[in-house]
This record gives sequence, structure tokens and C-alpha cells, in this order.
Amino acid sequence: MSKINELFNKDLRVINMGLESFYNDLKKQEIPVTHVAWKPVAGGNKKLSSLLSRLK
Amino acid sequence: MSIAEKIAQANKETLERVLAAQPTLVGMSTAGEIIPGMTKKTILHAGPPVTWDKMSGPLQGAIIGGLIYEELAKDEKEARELAASGEITFDSCHHHNTVGPMAGVVTYKMPVWIVQNKTYGNYAYCTQNEGLGKVLRFGAFEEEVITRLNWMEKTLYPVLKEALTFTGEIDLKSMLAQSLQMGDEGHNRNVAGTSLLLRRLAPAIVKTGFSDEDKAAVLEFISGNDHFWLNLTMPAGKCTMDAAGGIKYSTIVYTMARNGTEFGIRVSGLGDRWFTAPAEIIDGLYFPGYTMEDANPDIGDSSITETTGYGGFAMAAAIPIVQFVGGAPQDALNYSKSMYEITEAENNVYKIPALDFRGTATGIDIQKVVETGIRPVINSGIAHKNPGVGQVGAGIVHPPMKCFEDALEAFVAKLEEEGEL
Repeated sequence: MSKINELFNKDLRVINMGLESFYNDLKKQEIPVTHVAWKPVAGGNKKLSSLLSRLK
Repeated sequence: MSIAEKIAQANKETLERVLAAQPTLVGMSTAGEIIPGMTKKTILHAGPPVTWDKMSGPLQGAIIGGLIYEELAKDEKEARELAASGEITFDSCHHHNTVGPMAGVVTYKMPVWIVQNKTYGNYAYCTQNEGLGKVLRFGAFEEEVITRLNWMEKTLYPVLKEALTFTGEIDLKSMLAQSLQMGDEGHNRNVAGTSLLLRRLAPAIVKTGFSDEDKAAVLEFISGNDHFWLNLTMPAGKCTMDAAGGIKYSTIVYTMARNGTEFGIRVSGLGDRWFTAPAEIIDGLYFPGYTMEDANPDIGDSSITETTGYGGFAMAAAIPIVQFVGGAPQDALNYSKSMYEITEAENNVYKIPALDFRGTATGIDIQKVVETGIRPVINSGIAHKNPGVGQVGAGIVHPPMKCFEDALEAFVAKLEEEGEL
């Protein structure tokens, strides 16, 4: 059996990144899920992320 | 070497200096005798520099009390006139190797602890802690406040100064590390540190030549004030971080301080320059009869504890503190854990039992704060906004993000001017 089929035969464990509504939907269906608190660099502020990138 | 490599090397060096510091209590003196630049008409205060007209209620209240204590004014009216006259020099404690909790007012006659960073030789100074409630540092200036300040000068100070001749120098770093293993975090929970200090001082106090009455009064005062230790954790942090200032290319914060009007930070690679923004109101627990409406914005130099890697950064070591500053035990753990996202290193001495003895998050990097949007966590006392009232609660507060954003912008601009970018 391929690795991918092995995965589908196991209980679903989800890490959600991005929209929190996906996390909430799975949680309502009692699927174990962990939401990653992710934000774009400098909260998406272009000026600040450009300043940061100049130091990289 | 690329600019990123230069910054990484500078930050590493900054943290090496922070972690190698050896803050040690070496003696006591008065502000007039020992603090550089102090005169009879100089008043030091917490936070970045601020003029009398822009000072908040509790800072003005503490200055009124300081002028009465120094007998430069006989009452509030005279003190206000003198403060506004231009005759008094106001300056930031931080400009004089000094730190002060809350209003942080230091006047000429006030006794101070002398703390030395034995590794680098630099000094820091701080007054003796007055206790909670109606005290000068929260802006109260009524008779009981002045009477206590006089007792601290005429009895507490001479007894402690002589007692230190028997104890010898006291290693504050070890004592602070031990207090973190006993449920303190060195900012708003200081009961273990106060007890450890008292354990060292008590036999020495007994050996002094003062009357039994005076010795008993000193022992009772320290025993009755769980925050007595705070005024040593602060200069311990101050002399630690001052030795880490002024390192070219370093993006590590070496000062965070508030004057009740503005919050200010200073960054190692940007020298003495302050980056300020309006101080925020503290979210916390209020004493009965008071609400957030009564609160003054964030005030005090005690955020030097968080700057150094304890205080709010070590809240997971002091879980019962949530009963004083608000929140649940899990919040205390989360606050400490989240600080690893914005710091350069883990402390080699200050450790947190509940996090598998992980070293506290140490060395705030302005790049990481701006990048993640996570601001340093500070737990703090809350002063009433009106002078003369005192403390009304305690809680959690953060520096304004603008301080870090402006510092980052200035850092890039400086590198551009120097032809590095």
C-alpha cells in the first residue's frame, strides 16, 4: 500500500493555517484540529515589511 | 560581511553582555552623594524626559511630595509654583544610572541602594521601597507619606547601611534566580526575594549599634512589605542592560520605561535616543471602589525587569501573580512562552520550573517585535490619575507598537546615512 493510502486509513489530524473559519468548521464536526496563529509579516504593513527586508 | 550578518553578530554580543552581567549590592548612600549630576534642585523621574506641564497626575503628585520632603516647599500650592517656575531641573532617572518604580521620583536627600555590575564595573541606583498604598511613588504626598520618607532616611537607611558592612556584598543575580524558583517574577511578585534578602540582612541588622526599637522597626518594615525586593531587582536589571547599550548594529532593546504620559524605549545600536508614544491604560484588577476610569496611563521604570528578561517575561514562574494582576494560570504560562518569539536568547540563570526549567526569554529584538506584531508583556501597578490618591490596582500592559516601528525606521535611516545600505 502506498504511503498516501496509509494516511487515508488513519484518523484525520488537521493543522489549519490561514482562515480561522476552516478551523471552526472542523471543530464543529468534532475533528481534532490545531489552528496556527499566523499573521503576515508586520501585519501586512508594506512600509514596515520593506524596512525589515532591507536588514535581511 | 552582509548587514544581516553584522546585526546578528552585534545582537549576539549584546546578549553575551546581558548574560554575563553580575549585578551585586555593594552598599548604600544618598542620591545627593552618589548619583551623577544630582543637585539639591534636581528631581529625577521615571520614563523618558517630560516637562512639568505634560506630566501626569501621579508624577506631579510625587514631585509635590518630593519638594515638601526636601523642605523646598511647605505645601502643595508652593510646590506647584516652584515646579512650574523653571527653578527645578527635571530629568529621566535613566540619564543618571538610576531607576525608580512608578513615578520614580528621586530627590537629593533620598537614600539609595548602590548596585554594581561586577563584570563591567558600571553602577545603578534605586531608592528604598516604601510599601503599597498611599506612597510617594504612586503620587500620594500627604503627611503620612512625608513622615514615612523621613523615617526611611533617618532610621531605615542608617540601619541598613551599617548592616551591609556586616553582610558584605550581596550577589543579586543568584538571589533573583533563586526567587524565580520560589514563585517570584521580580516585578509584581517579590515575596520570595524579600524573604531571601531579609534572611541575609536580619542577623546583620541585629549586630548594628542601633537601639532595639529601631532594629525591630526596620525588621518589621521589611517583613511587612512584600515589594521591598523590587527596588533591588530594578537596579540589578538597570546595570545589566546599561552594559549592553551602545553596541553598533545591535537591534536589541536596552531600556523600556514610562513616565505616565509616554512610553519610551532605547535600542542598543541607536545609543541614547528615545522612541516614545502615548502610554496605554493597564488592563487589570482594580482595588474595591476603583475602575479603569480612575487609572493613569502606564508609569514607571520597573519595566527594566521585562527588558532584562524577568518580570512579565517570567510570569510562568509566578503563577499566583494572576490573582494580583488578573487572568488565569494558563495566561501566565502563555505570556512567558510568547516572549520567546520576540527575543534573542534564553537566560542562562533566570529559569522557569513550570517550563521544564527553560531560561526566561531575554533580549527584545525590535525586528522580531515589528515582524510578528507581538509586543513585550509587562505586569504593572496602576496609579490613580489624580495626584495624592495612590495605587488603585495592578494588571498587564504593553508598550505601544509605534515605539518599535519608529526605532526600526530610525535604524534603517542610520544605516543609510552611514552608507551601509
